[in-house]
Amino acid sequence: MKNGLKKALVVALAAAMASAPAALADGAIKIGGSGPLTGGAAVYGQAVKNAAEIAVEEVNALGGLQFELQMEDDAHDPEKAVNAYYVLDDMQVSLATVTSSPGAAVAPMYAEDHIFAITPSGSSLDVIYADSANLSGAYGNVFQMCFTDPNQGTASADYIKAHENLGSKIAIIYKNDDNYSTGIFNTFKAEAAVVGLEVVYEGTFDDSNASDFTVQLGQAQAAEADLVFLPIYYQPASLILQQAQAAGYAPTFFGVDGMDGILTLEGFDASLAEGVYLLTPFNADAEDEQTKNFVAKYTEKTGEVPNQFAADAYDCVYAIAQACEAGGVTADMSAQEICDILVEQFTTMTFNGLTGTEMTWAPTGEVSKTAKAMIIQNGAYVGVED
Amino acid sequence: MKANKSVFSSLFGRQRRGRTVSILLVILAYIVLTVMIRSGNLSRLFQGLLVPICCYMVAAIGLNLNVGVSGELNLGQAGFMSIGAFAGICLSGRLAPLLPNTLLRLVLAILLGAVCAMIFGFLIGIPVLKLQGDYLAIVTLAFGQIIKSLITNMYFGFDENGFQFSFVANTTKLAPGGKMLLNGPMGATGTERIANFTVGAVLVLLALLVVYHIMYSKSGRAIMAARDNRIAAESVGIHVSNTKMLAFVISAGLAGAAGALFGLNYATLVPNKFDFNTSILLLVYVVLGGLGNMTGTMIATAVLVLLPELLRSLQDYRMLIYAIVLIVIMLLTNNETLKTWFGKLKAGKGAAAGKEG
Repeated sequence: MKNGLKKALVVALAAAMASAPAALADGAIKIGGSGPLTGGAAVYGQAVKNAAEIAVEEVNALGGLQFELQMEDDAHDPEKAVNAYYVLDDMQVSLATVTSSPGAAVAPMYAEDHIFAITPSGSSLDVIYADSANLSGAYGNVFQMCFTDPNQGTASADYIKAHENLGSKIAIIYKNDDNYSTGIFNTFKAEAAVVGLEVVYEGTFDDSNASDFTVQLGQAQAAEADLVFLPIYYQPASLILQQAQAAGYAPTFFGVDGMDGILTLEGFDASLAEGVYLLTPFNADAEDEQTKNFVAKYTEKTGEVPNQFAADAYDCVYAIAQACEAGGVTADMSAQEICDILVEQFTTMTFNGLTGTEMTWAPTGEVSKTAKAMIIQNGAYVGVED
Repeated sequence: MKANKSVFSSLFGRQRRGRTVSILLVILAYIVLTVMIRSGNLSRLFQGLLVPICCYMVAAIGLNLNVGVSGELNLGQAGFMSIGAFAGICLSGRLAPLLPNTLLRLVLAILLGAVCAMIFGFLIGIPVLKLQGDYLAIVTLAFGQIIKSLITNMYFGFDENGFQFSFVANTTKLAPGGKMLLNGPMGATGTERIANFTVGAVLVLLALLVVYHIMYSKSGRAIMAARDNRIAAESVGIHVSNTKMLAFVISAGLAGAAGALFGLNYATLVPNKFDFNTSILLLVYVVLGGLGNMTGTMIATAVLVLLPELLRSLQDYRMLIYAIVLIVIMLLTNNETLKTWFGKLKAGKGAAAGKEG
């Protein structure tokens, strides 16, 4: 590179570095957050962003508390999430991150800077604990709206054990380069051993071979599995359902909250998902006013039916609003003052939202709500009555 | 007087000016940035970016030794970073209860990262560098993927009874108080963040010194001779595969050191971070900066790491604009008219146009 260009670049760089962060908004409490708005996981980040925007509009329309939302892109990369955190320099409350690994990277920073954060969907224990292996060193000001991964694995194993008509020989197909999937798999397996479920086959796949599942399905069939547990997201799950049907293999399929969204997947024949069970906190077909209103607005805004990520984000904003109102938070308070108030509110309040009623939070940041078992019938999620 | 002149020529002489310029640039940048941090004139975003920029610079400088100077295409530099990162994190995590001094721990982690990556580089180099052609590119490409898959499936932790290791399925059962160092696809979590900009800047300086020392030494000339004409180099008695090995192993070592610093800068690090894209990104820094041109590589790295962050205001169009800017820079830096123009500018100033540029 020649000298002239070098100098130009250095000057440009210096100018860029000197630029000051954006000024504080007046009158509104600033909510920050980051998520994958671009890249492979963008569908989750966009869902959270859209739903949070809807919730913020609704809260602002009530005339009381005023919120201002700024979502930054982290492309599901911890490194970029840290950058996004620094960009969100003037936020007062945060939605943390949409996904787990970036959440684990920024959580200690929220703790250090003492900014209240509640993640809609960062389900790993590492998001709320500094030392997740020992369940110690909870950050205390980072909360979760979603279930933790272990919680889902355990709940699924318990549910399958309690409903023996679903199947007795279990095959598991999981994604072994994904922390969400392996997190649920590990706890499911541990709980299965405790309650005495028979796991006959464990199959894995990763990013590079997430399109062909004939081998895994063939082996599951050979092992005479009559229930296939799929702790994975809905895109690979849809392929598994297609390929199982093509192979004439019809066990009971059992998914977790990542399965939510399979019915609205483009190009997927929803009839293939008939009879699939899933444990999820949110049901877009629920008949209550709150859900209907949200689904209508979300569909109008994006043209899609909201998934559980969107519902979690919507709940996050409302939970923050409820806590802010109860604690008398105003926009001129510092992030640290707000953090103290919100931590106190969140650990004592009860919240009713789209993803559950009577939700409470432990001082560690973990949410307590019940997972609903759903079955897909006639192209819709239907709650299973016990 | 004569001694003065020889010191001057060794610093600013035509052949060694590259080293002086790049080292002075790093020192100057370090001083300016430190003053800006101390006086509160640098936003937190840029403060946060300093360490990763240093890491990418070191890895890119190493890669430039391999690709630019030695002429062997390496598509697995991120794999070496990965080895260094996770080795460094494991060492730091294990030593944390024993060694409270974070600086010492960081230096040890960087050393271990470099050594581990060098060992792997050496093992790969033994068969591959004996071959002629682009085999190194193929093998390092595969190597990067293998390392990613291996670390994704590794569970490694320790408690008071010692280390525990399992592969694919997590069978480690740590006693209370134990710590998982590697946790499968979750990678390393709960890492103590001990990296800092000063160590990063020192590492960049060391990388430059090492690389320039090799380039200016007898081995460096042998490496370049082997790059330019293998047969001619062999005919004068140069052991081609050994000289290429030197460049490759040093390159891997620098990537390992960079990885260790990178890993210890974040609370969590996933193995997927060091995928094929990261390798290509490093290669882009090198190509954009100029093959064999360390100063250019550093500037290209800084600009390309900063660019996506500076473009944040464009929101959804960010990566689109980033790609366009990248293409424009590539076209401009290779534009003959511009090159001649800059050449004239240089000649007009009376500065001799060296090999660099």
